[in-house]
Amino acid sequence: MSADKNNEVIISVNELSKHFKNKTGKIYALDGITTDIRRGEVLVIIGPSGSGKSTFLRSLNLLERPTEGTITFEGVDITSPESDINKLRQKMGMVFQHFNLFPHLTILDNMTLAPRKLLKMSKEDAEAKALELLERVGLLDRADAYPSQLSGGQKQRIAIVRALCMSPDVLLFDEPTSALDPEMVGEVLDVMKALAKSGMTMAVVTHEMGFAKEVGSRVIFMDEGKIIEEGTPSEIFDNPQNERLQSFLAKVL
Amino acid sequence: MYNFILANRVALDLNSWFAKIKDEFYINFIAEDRYMYLVKGLWMTLRITFFAVLLGIALGVIAAIVRSTHDKTIKEMRPGLAKGLLIFFNAIVKLYLTVIRGTPVVVQLMIMYYIIFASSTNAMLVAVLAFGINSGAYVAEIIRSGIMSIDNGQFEAGRSLGFNYIQTMYYIVIPQALKNVLPALANEFIVLIKETSVSGYVGIMDLTRGGDVIRSRTFVAFMPLFAVAAIYLIIVVIFSKLVTVMERRLRNSER
Ligand SMILES: Nc1ncnc2c1ncn2[C@@H]1O[C@H](COP(=O)(O)OP(=O)(O)OP(=O)(O)O)[C@@H](O)[C@H]1O
Ligand SMILES: [Mg+2]
Repeated sequence: MSADKNNEVIISVNELSKHFKNKTGKIYALDGITTDIRRGEVLVIIGPSGSGKSTFLRSLNLLERPTEGTITFEGVDITSPESDINKLRQKMGMVFQHFNLFPHLTILDNMTLAPRKLLKMSKEDAEAKALELLERVGLLDRADAYPSQLSGGQKQRIAIVRALCMSPDVLLFDEPTSALDPEMVGEVLDVMKALAKSGMTMAVVTHEMGFAKEVGSRVIFMDEGKIIEEGTPSEIFDNPQNERLQSFLAKVL
Repeated sequence: MYNFILANRVALDLNSWFAKIKDEFYINFIAEDRYMYLVKGLWMTLRITFFAVLLGIALGVIAAIVRSTHDKTIKEMRPGLAKGLLIFFNAIVKLYLTVIRGTPVVVQLMIMYYIIFASSTNAMLVAVLAFGINSGAYVAEIIRSGIMSIDNGQFEAGRSLGFNYIQTMYYIVIPQALKNVLPALANEFIVLIKETSVSGYVGIMDLTRGGDVIRSRTFVAFMPLFAVAAIYLIIVVIFSKLVTVMERRLRNSER
Protein backbone atom coordinates (compact mmCIF):
# COMPACT_ATOMS: atom_id res chain seq x y z
CA MET A 1 0.00 0.00 0.00
CA SER A 2 3.02 2.28 0.14
CA ALA A 3 2.76 5.26 -2.15
CA ASP A 4 4.85 5.42 -5.23
CA LYS A 5 8.00 7.42 -4.50
CA ASN A 6 7.55 9.05 -7.87
CA ASN A 7 4.08 10.37 -7.15
CA GLU A 8 3.81 14.14 -7.29
CA VAL A 9 4.37 16.13 -4.13
CA ILE A 10 1.04 17.54 -2.98
CA ILE A 11 2.14 19.33 0.20
CA SER A 12 5.63 20.66 0.66
CA VAL A 13 6.62 21.91 4.11
CA ASN A 14 9.76 23.97 4.38
CA GLU A 15 11.48 25.02 7.61
CA LEU A 16 8.14 25.41 9.38
CA SER A 17 8.25 26.89 12.88
CA LYS A 18 5.63 28.07 15.30
CA HIS A 19 6.30 29.64 18.64
CA PHE A 20 4.02 30.80 21.38
CA LYS A 21 5.11 33.69 23.55
CA ASN A 22 4.86 33.52 27.30
CA LYS A 23 6.37 35.43 30.22
CA THR A 24 9.69 33.62 30.15
CA GLY A 25 10.09 33.89 26.39
CA LYS A 26 9.21 31.82 23.34
CA ILE A 27 8.03 28.24 23.36
CA TYR A 28 8.70 26.50 20.08
CA ALA A 29 5.80 24.15 19.37
CA LEU A 30 7.33 23.55 15.92
CA ASP A 31 10.99 24.03 15.28
CA GLY A 32 12.09 23.84 11.66
CA ILE A 33 9.93 21.09 10.15
CA THR A 34 10.73 20.13 6.57
CA THR A 35 8.94 17.32 4.76
CA ASP A 36 6.89 16.46 1.67
CA ILE A 37 3.58 14.67 1.39
CA ARG A 38 3.02 12.83 -1.90
CA ARG A 39 -0.28 12.04 -3.55
CA GLY A 40 -1.76 8.78 -2.30
CA GLU A 41 0.53 8.63 0.69
CA VAL A 42 -0.57 7.89 4.26
CA LEU A 43 1.73 9.89 6.51
CA VAL A 44 1.53 8.88 10.15
CA ILE A 45 2.82 11.27 12.80
CA ILE A 46 3.74 9.88 16.20
CA GLY A 47 5.44 11.33 19.25
CA PRO A 48 5.03 12.03 22.95
CA SER A 49 2.45 14.46 24.29
CA GLY A 50 3.36 18.07 23.67
CA SER A 51 5.80 17.22 20.88
CA GLY A 52 3.94 19.43 18.39
CA LYS A 53 1.99 16.83 16.38
CA SER A 54 -1.29 18.71 16.54
CA THR A 55 0.34 22.04 15.88
CA PHE A 56 2.03 20.58 12.79
CA LEU A 57 -1.17 19.06 11.45
CA ARG A 58 -3.20 22.20 12.16
CA SER A 59 -0.59 24.32 10.44
CA LEU A 60 -1.16 22.41 7.21
CA ASN A 61 -4.63 23.95 6.82
CA LEU A 62 -3.63 27.10 8.70
CA LEU A 63 -5.86 26.55 11.73
CA GLU A 64 -2.55 27.49 13.37
CA ARG A 65 -0.57 30.26 11.75
CA PRO A 66 3.08 29.28 11.45
CA THR A 67 5.49 31.98 12.56
CA GLU A 68 8.24 30.99 10.11
CA GLY A 69 8.63 28.82 7.04
CA THR A 70 6.40 27.98 4.11
CA ILE A 71 3.79 25.41 3.15
CA THR A 72 3.14 24.78 -0.53
CA PHE A 73 -0.11 23.01 -1.37
CA GLU A 74 -0.68 21.92 -4.96
CA GLY A 75 1.91 24.41 -6.13
CA VAL A 76 0.55 27.40 -4.18
CA ASP A 77 2.36 28.97 -1.24
CA ILE A 78 -0.53 28.98 1.23
CA THR A 79 1.43 30.83 3.90
CA SER A 80 1.65 33.93 1.74
CA PRO A 81 -0.87 36.65 2.62
CA GLU A 82 -2.34 36.60 -0.90
CA SER A 83 -3.43 32.97 -0.82
CA ASP A 84 -7.14 32.22 -0.48
CA ILE A 85 -7.21 30.24 2.71
CA ASN A 86 -10.90 29.30 2.44
CA LYS A 87 -10.50 27.85 -1.05
CA LEU A 88 -7.49 25.85 0.08
CA ARG A 89 -9.35 24.40 3.04
CA GLN A 90 -12.10 23.12 0.75
CA LYS A 91 -9.46 20.81 -0.74
CA MET A 92 -8.01 19.78 2.62
CA GLY A 93 -10.48 18.05 4.92
CA MET A 94 -9.93 17.64 8.64
CA VAL A 95 -11.15 15.10 11.18
CA PHE A 96 -10.91 16.06 14.84
CA GLN A 97 -10.42 14.09 18.01
CA HIS A 98 -13.77 15.28 19.33
CA PHE A 99 -15.69 14.87 16.03
CA ASN A 100 -17.08 18.41 16.06
CA LEU A 101 -20.29 17.50 14.30
CA PHE A 102 -22.81 20.34 14.24
CA PRO A 103 -25.35 19.43 16.94
CA HIS A 104 -28.13 21.66 15.56
CA LEU A 105 -28.16 19.88 12.18
CA THR A 106 -29.15 16.39 11.14
CA ILE A 107 -26.48 14.01 9.87
CA LEU A 108 -27.55 14.70 6.30
CA ASP A 109 -27.44 18.46 6.83
CA ASN A 110 -24.06 18.18 8.54
CA MET A 111 -22.79 16.56 5.36
CA THR A 112 -24.50 18.72 2.76
CA LEU A 113 -24.07 22.17 4.33
CA ALA A 114 -20.59 22.87 2.97
CA PRO A 115 -21.06 21.35 -0.52
CA ARG A 116 -24.27 23.31 -1.01
CA LYS A 117 -23.07 26.65 0.31
CA LEU A 118 -19.45 26.52 -0.88
CA LEU A 119 -19.47 24.32 -3.99
CA LYS A 120 -22.97 25.53 -4.94
CA MET A 121 -24.13 21.97 -5.39
CA SER A 122 -27.87 21.47 -5.73
CA LYS A 123 -29.69 19.98 -2.74
CA GLU A 124 -30.39 16.81 -4.74
CA ASP A 125 -26.81 16.32 -5.86
CA ALA A 126 -25.36 17.04 -2.43
CA GLU A 127 -27.81 14.66 -0.76
CA ALA A 128 -27.24 11.93 -3.32
CA LYS A 129 -23.52 12.13 -2.70
CA ALA A 130 -23.97 12.20 1.08
CA LEU A 131 -26.30 9.19 1.04
CA GLU A 132 -23.85 7.23 -1.07
CA LEU A 133 -21.07 7.98 1.41
CA LEU A 134 -23.33 7.11 4.34
CA GLU A 135 -24.03 3.77 2.75
CA ARG A 136 -20.32 3.11 2.36
CA VAL A 137 -19.78 3.53 6.11
CA GLY A 138 -22.94 1.63 7.01
CA LEU A 139 -24.87 4.56 8.45
CA LEU A 140 -27.48 5.13 5.78
CA ASP A 141 -30.30 4.63 8.29
CA ARG A 142 -29.00 7.49 10.48
CA ALA A 143 -29.28 10.21 7.82
CA ASP A 144 -32.09 12.02 9.65
CA ALA A 145 -30.72 11.53 13.15
CA TYR A 146 -29.02 14.28 15.15
CA PRO A 147 -25.41 13.88 16.29
CA SER A 148 -26.46 13.53 19.94
CA GLN A 149 -28.29 10.33 19.00
CA LEU A 150 -25.13 8.59 17.75
CA SER A 151 -22.36 6.67 19.48
CA GLY A 152 -18.81 8.02 19.45
CA GLY A 153 -17.71 5.62 16.74
CA GLN A 154 -20.69 6.56 14.59
CA LYS A 155 -19.99 10.25 15.11
CA GLN A 156 -16.42 9.89 13.96
CA ARG A 157 -17.44 7.91 10.89
CA ILE A 158 -19.88 10.72 10.07
CA ALA A 159 -17.15 13.31 10.62
CA ILE A 160 -14.99 11.47 8.08
CA VAL A 161 -17.69 11.30 5.42
CA ARG A 162 -18.67 14.90 6.11
CA ALA A 163 -15.14 15.88 5.15
CA LEU A 164 -15.31 13.58 2.11
CA CYS A 165 -18.43 15.34 0.86
CA MET A 166 -16.18 18.23 -0.20
CA SER A 167 -14.12 15.83 -2.36
CA PRO A 168 -10.85 16.91 -0.73
CA ASP A 169 -7.44 16.04 -2.13
CA VAL A 170 -5.99 15.50 1.34
CA LEU A 171 -7.51 14.45 4.64
CA LEU A 172 -5.96 15.42 7.98
CA PHE A 173 -6.70 13.36 11.11
CA ASP A 174 -5.80 14.56 14.62
CA GLU A 175 -6.06 11.58 16.96
CA PRO A 176 -9.35 10.42 15.45
CA THR A 177 -9.76 7.47 17.82
CA SER A 178 -8.41 8.93 21.07
CA ALA A 179 -11.81 10.04 22.38
CA LEU A 180 -13.48 6.70 21.62
CA ASP A 181 -14.36 3.79 23.85
CA PRO A 182 -11.99 0.91 22.97
CA GLU A 183 -14.71 -1.18 21.35
CA MET A 184 -15.40 1.61 18.84
CA VAL A 185 -11.84 2.22 17.71
CA GLY A 186 -11.95 -0.61 15.20
CA GLU A 187 -14.93 0.65 13.21
CA VAL A 188 -13.28 4.04 12.68
CA LEU A 189 -9.90 2.56 11.77
CA ASP A 190 -11.65 0.30 9.26
CA VAL A 191 -13.10 3.32 7.50
CA MET A 192 -9.69 4.97 7.45
CA LYS A 193 -8.06 1.83 6.07
CA ALA A 194 -10.62 1.65 3.29
CA LEU A 195 -9.95 5.29 2.51
CA ALA A 196 -6.22 4.69 2.34
CA LYS A 197 -6.76 1.75 0.04
CA SER A 198 -8.86 3.91 -2.25
CA GLY A 199 -5.85 6.15 -2.75
CA MET A 200 -6.75 9.10 -0.49
CA THR A 201 -3.80 11.20 0.63
CA MET A 202 -3.85 11.24 4.42
CA ALA A 203 -1.86 12.77 7.28
CA VAL A 204 -2.72 11.04 10.54
CA VAL A 205 -1.68 11.89 14.09
CA THR A 206 -2.36 8.77 16.12
CA HIS A 207 -1.36 6.60 19.04
CA GLU A 208 -2.62 3.50 17.20
CA MET A 209 0.71 1.91 16.36
CA GLY A 210 -1.04 -1.06 14.75
CA PHE A 211 -2.67 1.30 12.28
CA ALA A 212 0.63 3.05 11.61
CA LYS A 213 2.36 -0.25 10.85
CA GLU A 214 -0.39 -1.65 8.71
CA VAL A 215 -1.57 1.38 6.75
CA GLY A 216 1.16 3.99 6.96
CA SER A 217 3.37 4.53 3.95
CA ARG A 218 5.70 6.74 5.97
CA VAL A 219 6.04 7.48 9.68
CA ILE A 220 7.36 10.67 11.26
CA PHE A 221 8.48 10.66 14.88
CA MET A 222 8.35 14.12 16.46
CA ASP A 223 9.73 15.40 19.72
CA GLU A 224 10.06 18.96 21.03
CA GLY A 225 8.78 20.43 17.80
CA LYS A 226 11.28 18.65 15.57
CA ILE A 227 11.21 15.63 13.30
CA ILE A 228 13.57 13.26 15.07
CA GLU A 229 13.23 10.29 12.76
CA GLU A 230 11.38 9.54 9.57
CA GLY A 231 10.97 6.38 7.52
CA THR A 232 8.80 3.48 6.44
CA PRO A 233 6.83 1.72 9.18
CA SER A 234 9.31 -1.15 9.27
CA GLU A 235 12.26 1.23 9.54
CA ILE A 236 10.63 3.10 12.39
CA PHE A 237 9.15 0.22 14.34
CA ASP A 238 11.58 -2.63 13.65
CA ASN A 239 14.81 -0.72 13.44
CA PRO A 240 14.53 2.61 15.31
CA GLN A 241 17.80 4.56 15.34
CA ASN A 242 17.29 7.51 17.69
CA GLU A 243 17.27 6.69 21.36
CA ARG A 244 14.29 8.97 22.06
CA LEU A 245 12.28 7.03 19.50
CA GLN A 246 13.45 3.77 21.05
CA SER A 247 12.31 4.80 24.52
CA PHE A 248 9.02 6.17 23.13
CA LEU A 249 8.32 2.87 21.37
CA ALA A 250 9.24 0.93 24.48
CA LYS A 251 6.54 2.85 26.31
CA VAL A 252 3.75 2.59 23.77
CA LEU A 253 4.25 -0.85 22.24
CA MET B 1 -83.00 41.21 69.35
CA TYR B 2 -79.65 42.81 69.91
CA ASN B 3 -77.96 40.21 67.74
CA PHE B 4 -80.41 40.87 64.99
CA ILE B 5 -79.59 44.59 64.99
CA LEU B 6 -75.85 43.87 64.95
CA ALA B 7 -76.16 41.45 62.04
CA ASN B 8 -78.24 43.96 60.24
CA ARG B 9 -75.69 46.67 60.79
CA VAL B 10 -72.87 44.43 59.45
CA ALA B 11 -74.96 43.62 56.45
CA LEU B 12 -75.67 47.26 55.93
CA ASP B 13 -71.95 48.11 56.22
CA LEU B 14 -71.07 45.38 53.76
CA ASN B 15 -73.76 46.57 51.48
CA SER B 16 -72.53 50.11 51.52
CA TRP B 17 -68.95 48.91 51.04
CA PHE B 18 -69.95 46.96 47.96
CA ALA B 19 -71.91 49.94 46.76
CA LYS B 20 -68.86 52.14 47.19
CA ILE B 21 -66.67 49.66 45.28
CA LYS B 22 -69.25 49.50 42.57
CA ASP B 23 -69.38 53.26 42.37
CA GLU B 24 -65.63 53.53 42.21
CA PHE B 25 -65.40 50.83 39.60
CA TYR B 26 -68.05 52.56 37.60
CA ILE B 27 -66.49 55.98 37.79
CA ASN B 28 -62.96 54.73 37.06
CA PHE B 29 -63.57 52.27 34.29
CA ILE B 30 -67.10 52.47 32.89
CA ALA B 31 -68.03 56.14 32.92
CA GLU B 32 -66.98 57.89 29.73
CA ASP B 33 -65.48 54.57 28.61
CA ARG B 34 -62.48 55.21 30.82
CA TYR B 35 -61.40 51.54 30.57
CA MET B 36 -60.31 52.44 27.05
CA TYR B 37 -57.33 54.29 28.55
CA LEU B 38 -56.12 50.93 29.83
CA VAL B 39 -56.94 49.00 26.67
CA LYS B 40 -55.30 51.50 24.36
CA GLY B 41 -52.43 51.95 26.80
CA LEU B 42 -51.81 48.23 26.94
CA TRP B 43 -51.86 48.01 23.16
CA MET B 44 -49.29 50.82 22.99
CA THR B 45 -47.10 49.17 25.64
CA LEU B 46 -47.17 45.84 23.81
CA ARG B 47 -46.35 47.41 20.46
CA ILE B 48 -43.45 49.44 21.82
CA THR B 49 -42.09 46.41 23.65
CA PHE B 50 -42.44 44.09 20.68
CA PHE B 51 -40.66 46.31 18.18
CA ALA B 52 -38.06 47.39 20.71
CA VAL B 53 -37.24 43.73 21.41
CA LEU B 54 -36.80 43.08 17.68
CA LEU B 55 -34.55 46.10 17.30
CA GLY B 56 -32.71 45.13 20.46
CA ILE B 57 -32.01 41.63 19.18
CA ALA B 58 -30.78 42.93 15.83
CA LEU B 59 -28.45 45.45 17.48
CA GLY B 60 -27.45 42.92 20.12
CA VAL B 61 -26.45 40.29 17.56
CA ILE B 62 -24.34 42.79 15.63
CA ALA B 63 -22.69 44.15 18.76
CA ALA B 64 -22.05 40.64 20.07
CA ILE B 65 -20.48 39.53 16.79
CA VAL B 66 -18.19 42.55 16.69
CA ARG B 67 -17.12 42.06 20.29
CA SER B 68 -16.52 38.31 20.09
CA THR B 69 -14.83 38.53 16.69
CA HIS B 70 -12.50 41.11 18.10
CA ASP B 71 -11.73 39.12 21.23
CA LYS B 72 -11.25 35.86 19.36
CA THR B 73 -9.26 36.88 16.34
CA ILE B 74 -7.49 40.20 16.87
CA LYS B 75 -4.27 38.61 18.14
CA GLU B 76 -4.03 36.34 15.10
CA MET B 77 -4.88 38.98 12.50
CA ARG B 78 -2.34 40.40 10.11
CA PRO B 79 -2.07 44.20 10.17
CA GLY B 80 -4.20 45.82 7.49
CA LEU B 81 -7.49 47.46 6.69
CA ALA B 82 -9.63 44.63 8.11
CA LYS B 83 -7.80 44.72 11.40
CA GLY B 84 -8.08 48.50 11.59
CA LEU B 85 -11.81 48.38 10.90
CA LEU B 86 -12.35 45.69 13.50
CA ILE B 87 -10.53 47.71 16.15
CA PHE B 88 -12.56 50.76 15.18
CA PHE B 89 -15.94 49.02 15.32
CA ASN B 90 -15.05 47.25 18.52
CA ALA B 91 -14.29 50.61 20.12
CA ILE B 92 -17.63 52.00 18.94
CA VAL B 93 -19.52 49.00 20.28
CA LYS B 94 -17.73 49.23 23.60
CA LEU B 95 -18.66 52.90 23.85
CA TYR B 96 -22.28 52.04 23.02
CA LEU B 97 -22.41 49.35 25.71
CA THR B 98 -20.80 51.60 28.32
CA VAL B 99 -22.99 54.64 27.67
CA ILE B 100 -26.27 52.74 27.43
CA ARG B 101 -25.69 50.57 30.46
CA GLY B 102 -24.31 53.47 32.47
CA THR B 103 -27.29 55.81 32.17
CA PRO B 104 -30.99 55.48 33.13
CA VAL B 105 -33.29 54.45 30.34
CA VAL B 106 -35.70 57.28 31.07
CA VAL B 107 -32.91 59.81 30.52
CA GLN B 108 -32.01 58.10 27.24
CA LEU B 109 -35.66 58.27 26.22
CA MET B 110 -35.91 61.99 26.95
CA ILE B 111 -32.65 62.74 25.18
CA MET B 112 -33.94 60.87 22.15
CA TYR B 113 -37.30 62.61 22.20
CA TYR B 114 -36.40 66.16 23.16
CA ILE B 115 -32.94 66.46 21.55
CA ILE B 116 -32.05 63.90 18.90
CA PHE B 117 -35.51 63.55 17.38
CA ALA B 118 -36.88 66.89 18.55
CA SER B 119 -38.48 67.44 15.15
CA SER B 120 -40.24 64.07 15.11
CA THR B 121 -43.96 63.89 15.84
CA ASN B 122 -44.02 60.12 16.06
CA ALA B 123 -43.41 59.56 19.76
CA MET B 124 -44.01 55.84 19.54
CA LEU B 125 -41.27 55.44 16.93
CA VAL B 126 -38.85 57.41 19.09
CA ALA B 127 -39.76 55.22 22.06
CA VAL B 128 -39.19 52.06 20.02
CA LEU B 129 -35.77 53.39 19.02
CA ALA B 130 -34.86 54.42 22.54
CA PHE B 131 -35.95 51.17 24.20
CA GLY B 132 -34.57 49.08 21.33
CA ILE B 133 -31.16 50.74 21.51
CA ASN B 134 -31.23 50.34 25.27
CA SER B 135 -32.23 46.69 25.11
CA GLY B 136 -29.61 45.97 22.43
CA ALA B 137 -26.84 46.70 24.90
CA TYR B 138 -28.14 44.07 27.31
CA VAL B 139 -29.00 41.60 24.55
CA ALA B 140 -25.44 41.99 23.23
CA GLU B 141 -24.03 40.63 26.46
CA ILE B 142 -26.54 37.77 26.47
CA ILE B 143 -25.65 36.76 22.92
CA ARG B 144 -21.94 37.27 23.46
CA SER B 145 -22.07 34.84 26.34
CA GLY B 146 -23.97 32.49 24.01
CA ILE B 147 -21.29 32.74 21.33
CA MET B 148 -18.51 32.26 23.87
CA SER B 149 -20.27 29.17 25.22
CA ILE B 150 -20.01 27.41 21.85
CA ASP B 151 -17.07 25.03 21.79
CA ASN B 152 -14.20 26.30 19.67
CA GLY B 153 -14.20 22.95 17.88
CA GLN B 154 -17.46 23.97 16.20
CA PHE B 155 -15.74 27.00 14.84
CA GLU B 156 -12.71 25.06 13.67
CA ALA B 157 -14.88 22.41 12.02
CA GLY B 158 -16.63 25.15 10.04
CA ARG B 159 -13.38 26.79 9.02
CA SER B 160 -11.79 23.46 8.11
CA LEU B 161 -14.61 22.80 5.63
CA GLY B 162 -13.79 26.07 3.89
CA PHE B 163 -16.35 28.44 5.38
CA ASN B 164 -15.03 31.93 6.01
CA TYR B 165 -15.42 33.63 9.36
CA ILE B 166 -18.81 35.22 8.66
CA GLN B 167 -20.26 32.04 7.12
CA THR B 168 -19.07 29.97 10.06
CA MET B 169 -20.74 32.41 12.41
CA TYR B 170 -23.94 32.48 10.37
CA TYR B 171 -24.44 28.78 9.62
CA ILE B 172 -22.85 27.16 12.65
CA VAL B 173 -22.13 29.34 15.68
CA ILE B 174 -25.00 31.84 15.86
CA PRO B 175 -27.84 29.29 15.44
CA GLN B 176 -26.46 27.30 18.36
CA ALA B 177 -25.73 30.39 20.43
CA LEU B 178 -29.25 31.79 19.91
CA LYS B 179 -30.81 28.49 20.87
CA ASN B 180 -28.77 28.44 24.06
CA VAL B 181 -29.79 31.96 25.07
CA LEU B 182 -33.42 31.86 23.94
CA PRO B 183 -34.74 31.80 27.53
CA ALA B 184 -32.51 34.73 28.45
CA LEU B 185 -33.80 36.64 25.42
CA ALA B 186 -37.40 35.94 26.36
CA ASN B 187 -36.54 37.24 29.80
CA GLU B 188 -35.36 40.46 28.17
CA PHE B 189 -38.92 40.90 26.87
CA ILE B 190 -40.19 40.69 30.45
CA VAL B 191 -37.68 43.27 31.61
CA LEU B 192 -38.47 45.58 28.73
CA ILE B 193 -42.24 45.51 29.09
CA LYS B 194 -41.84 46.92 32.58
CA GLU B 195 -39.22 49.45 31.52
CA THR B 196 -41.53 50.95 28.90
CA SER B 197 -43.66 52.22 31.79
CA VAL B 198 -41.61 55.42 31.71
CA SER B 199 -42.93 56.22 28.21
CA GLY B 200 -45.29 58.75 29.76
CA TYR B 201 -42.31 61.06 30.26
CA VAL B 202 -42.43 61.88 26.58
CA GLY B 203 -46.21 62.06 26.38
CA ILE B 204 -46.89 58.54 25.19
CA MET B 205 -50.18 57.02 26.31
CA ASP B 206 -48.90 53.64 27.43
CA LEU B 207 -50.51 51.41 30.02
CA THR B 208 -49.00 53.19 33.03
CA ARG B 209 -49.88 56.60 31.68
CA GLY B 210 -53.40 55.39 30.90
CA GLY B 211 -53.96 54.46 34.53
CA ASP B 212 -52.49 57.73 35.65
CA VAL B 213 -54.81 59.70 33.37
CA ILE B 214 -57.81 57.93 34.90
CA ARG B 215 -56.51 58.79 38.35
CA SER B 216 -56.18 62.44 37.46
CA ARG B 217 -59.74 62.54 36.09
CA THR B 218 -61.49 60.68 38.91
CA PHE B 219 -59.23 61.69 41.80
CA VAL B 220 -59.20 58.04 42.89
CA ALA B 221 -55.76 56.47 42.94
CA PHE B 222 -56.42 53.00 44.26
CA MET B 223 -58.40 51.36 41.48
CA PRO B 224 -56.66 52.57 38.34
CA LEU B 225 -53.16 52.04 39.71
CA PHE B 226 -53.89 48.56 41.02
CA ALA B 227 -55.55 47.71 37.74
CA VAL B 228 -52.38 48.78 35.91
CA ALA B 229 -50.19 46.77 38.27
CA ALA B 230 -52.42 43.72 37.85
CA ILE B 231 -52.23 43.89 34.07
CA TYR B 232 -48.41 44.05 34.09
CA LEU B 233 -48.30 41.23 36.59
CA ILE B 234 -50.58 38.99 34.55
CA ILE B 235 -48.56 39.52 31.37
CA VAL B 236 -45.25 38.92 33.13
CA VAL B 237 -46.52 35.78 34.89
CA ILE B 238 -47.90 34.34 31.66
CA PHE B 239 -44.69 35.11 29.84
CA SER B 240 -42.53 33.66 32.61
CA LYS B 241 -44.53 30.45 32.35
CA LEU B 242 -43.86 30.36 28.61
CA VAL B 243 -40.15 30.82 29.25
CA THR B 244 -40.16 27.94 31.72
CA VAL B 245 -41.90 25.69 29.21
CA MET B 246 -39.44 26.76 26.54
CA GLU B 247 -36.44 26.06 28.79
CA ARG B 248 -37.74 22.58 29.50
CA ARG B 249 -38.34 21.89 25.81
CA LEU B 250 -34.85 23.06 24.88
CA ARG B 251 -33.28 20.94 27.59
CA ASN B 252 -35.19 17.88 26.41
CA SER B 253 -34.14 18.36 22.78
CA GLU B 254 -30.48 18.36 23.79
CA ARG B 255 -30.25 14.63 24.48
N1 LIG C 1 -2.27 28.09 22.10
C1 LIG C 1 -1.11 27.71 22.68
N2 LIG C 1 -0.47 28.58 23.50
C2 LIG C 1 0.69 28.25 24.09
N3 LIG C 1 1.32 27.06 23.91
C3 LIG C 1 0.74 26.16 23.11
C4 LIG C 1 -0.51 26.44 22.45
N4 LIG C 1 -0.85 25.36 21.71
C5 LIG C 1 0.14 24.46 21.90
N5 LIG C 1 1.09 24.93 22.74
C6 LIG C 1 2.31 24.22 23.15
O1 LIG C 1 2.94 23.73 22.01
C7 LIG C 1 3.49 22.44 22.25
C8 LIG C 1 2.97 21.45 21.21
O2 LIG C 1 1.57 21.24 21.40
P1 LIG C 1 0.74 20.21 20.54
O3 LIG C 1 -0.68 20.33 20.95
O4 LIG C 1 1.04 20.42 19.12
O5 LIG C 1 1.31 18.82 21.01
P2 LIG C 1 0.82 17.36 20.63
O6 LIG C 1 2.02 16.63 20.13
O7 LIG C 1 -0.36 17.42 19.74
O8 LIG C 1 0.42 16.76 22.04
P3 LIG C 1 -0.76 15.75 22.42
O9 LIG C 1 -0.29 14.37 22.09
O10 LIG C 1 -0.91 15.95 23.89
O11 LIG C 1 -1.97 16.15 21.65
C9 LIG C 1 3.13 22.08 23.66
O12 LIG C 1 4.24 22.35 24.49
C10 LIG C 1 2.00 23.00 23.99
O13 LIG C 1 2.01 23.30 25.36
MG1 LIG D 1 -2.46 16.88 19.94
